Amino acid sequence: MSLDIRSWGVREIFNFLLITILALVPVYSWMSGNTFIITLVTRALVYAIAAMSLNLIMGYGGLVSFGHAMFLGIGGYAAGIMAFHGNTNGLLQFPLAFFVAGLFAMIIGALSLRTRGVYFIMITLAFAQMVYFAGVGLEAYGADDGMTLSRRSRLGPIDLADRNQLYLFCLAVLLFTVWMMGRIVNSRFGMVLRGAKSNETRMLALGFPVFRYRLAAFTMAGAWCGIAGALMANQAAFVSPAMMHWVQSGDLIVIVVMGGINSLFGPVYGALAFIIVEHQLSVWLKDTWQLVFGPMIVLLALFARNGLDDLFKLMGGRKDGRDG
Amino acid sequence: MSTLLIENTLHGIQLGLLIFLLAAGLTLVFGIMDMVNLAHGSLYMIGAYFAYTLIGMTGSFILGVFLAFFATLAFGIVLEKFVLSTLYQRDHLDQVLATFGLILFFNKMVQVIWGPAGLSIALPPWLAQKIEILPGVPYPLYRLSITLVSLAVAAGLWYLITQTRTGMLIRAGASNRKMVSALGVDIKWLFTLVFGLGAGLAGLAGVMYAPISTVFSGMGEEVLIQAFVVIVIGGIGSVRGAFIASLGLGLIDTLGRLFLVDLCKLVMSAAAASTVGPALASMLIYLIMAAVLVWRPTGLFGRS
Repeated sequence: MSLDIRSWGVREIFNFLLITILALVPVYSWMSGNTFIITLVTRALVYAIAAMSLNLIMGYGGLVSFGHAMFLGIGGYAAGIMAFHGNTNGLLQFPLAFFVAGLFAMIIGALSLRTRGVYFIMITLAFAQMVYFAGVGLEAYGADDGMTLSRRSRLGPIDLADRNQLYLFCLAVLLFTVWMMGRIVNSRFGMVLRGAKSNETRMLALGFPVFRYRLAAFTMAGAWCGIAGALMANQAAFVSPAMMHWVQSGDLIVIVVMGGINSLFGPVYGALAFIIVEHQLSVWLKDTWQLVFGPMIVLLALFARNGLDDLFKLMGGRKDGRDG
Repeated sequence: MSTLLIENTLHGIQLGLLIFLLAAGLTLVFGIMDMVNLAHGSLYMIGAYFAYTLIGMTGSFILGVFLAFFATLAFGIVLEKFVLSTLYQRDHLDQVLATFGLILFFNKMVQVIWGPAGLSIALPPWLAQKIEILPGVPYPLYRLSITLVSLAVAAGLWYLITQTRTGMLIRAGASNRKMVSALGVDIKWLFTLVFGLGAGLAGLAGVMYAPISTVFSGMGEEVLIQAFVVIVIGGIGSVRGAFIASLGLGLIDTLGRLFLVDLCKLVMSAAAASTVGPALASMLIYLIMAAVLVWRPTGLFGRS
């Protein structure tokens, strides 16, 4: 997002409004005494961070990974296991979540990226299932049932046990993620990644080692999703294998597509829309909300592939393909 | 011990054949239509639910099973005509998304229609007995019969694909869709046929396994993911690859669960082995998949 207001289109104005609204949520919550909204939006922020990391490989890299939630689980368990052993220092937990998830992503990526298309989708799903079973096998840490974190993380003066501090910390991580993804996507590295999506053969002919670029992107996406996992563990004060269930991976894909694949802010809109729709439908329809939500996803896939991006274009947003 | 081994080997073959019934349809759909169908496991589940209702309605186990098979086949064709056929020309992401939505819908739909609790189907007395397959080795007759039925279906599939004109078109479609279409074959009809066949096989698997497990929402998903592993190992579009990989994985998975705890005890303490063993056993097939990928990225029988 350029800081020069004169160059803003509809999309930039919306992004600006969105950030303003997100920043005002704690104020609203404090004034109205409604603490539920802050919990709900915190969840949306965490999903948005995870979805943005997926968007790097799926939106910009064209690699449909159906196992991204495994990195949520790995990051969550990294933080949760440290907390279990009494270390609640976030300055150690978050880097650990980042590195462990990144390491897994590097190994799984190196294997999965040997394949293309349908194979890649199935293999990422299969590896996620494997990590899921590994989580179920962690008997010391609650196995199937997961475990409750007795204490949330502390990062120096920031205490994530406080609802508002957790919210603001998630928002800060989110904004940093947007900025970082913007830098990555528009860098030479990002250009190669996007080039390989539209024409792999040409990029290879130009001499770019496409596999290595993709592996680097896959590793970064996994590592960053590990951070989201550690945040999710803090948000719920709970980790369980359900964090990396394949439905969770599917949800992340839905969020990315809902918000408009290929746009930096897309996953943020997608995550908010997802959480709000899920919440409202379950209020109205109790436990049968999937009966409406499932067909909504089918319709999204069939008729609104560019998600909210189409909406912005309809409203006169820019069509020059720049990411903002 | 040898009784246990024989019994588990048979269980393994049976599990392998079950996975094969799903994987065969899936691999053809992948190979010919280049389409990812995550909802294939839902057809397995719906077959089992149909069997529950139809066996109850007709009062006859055999008749109910037959009707459930055809009902699932019809259900699959309707699903293909109205939703999935619009996805063939789309990219994989759309297909993943749409079929993911379908899974959420079907999983809830069966709960609304049949209730949230798991259902069980009782076997008729003549099928519920055990017979001696080898002197001193009794084995449930029903499990033996589903193994034989699955083998017969596999043989029928082999005949259809390699010996008939329809099979020739299916193979041709898998290797070059556009060319088959250009030669005047109604490709849409071929797609519907292949999809219906796959749906019927998935339904049959669900119908046959319903009496020995429970019928519940989401029962198809674990088998579906195992079928994915089989397809990755066997190679997309290869029914032969799917068959070999299914049997191999069924055996490895079943025997792994039987022996891994003991094997782990050789290298670690008994307490550690009882934790690591089962976890490792459930991860085993994925580790094998990883190994095959390193060796042959397009699967054992896949085209490179």
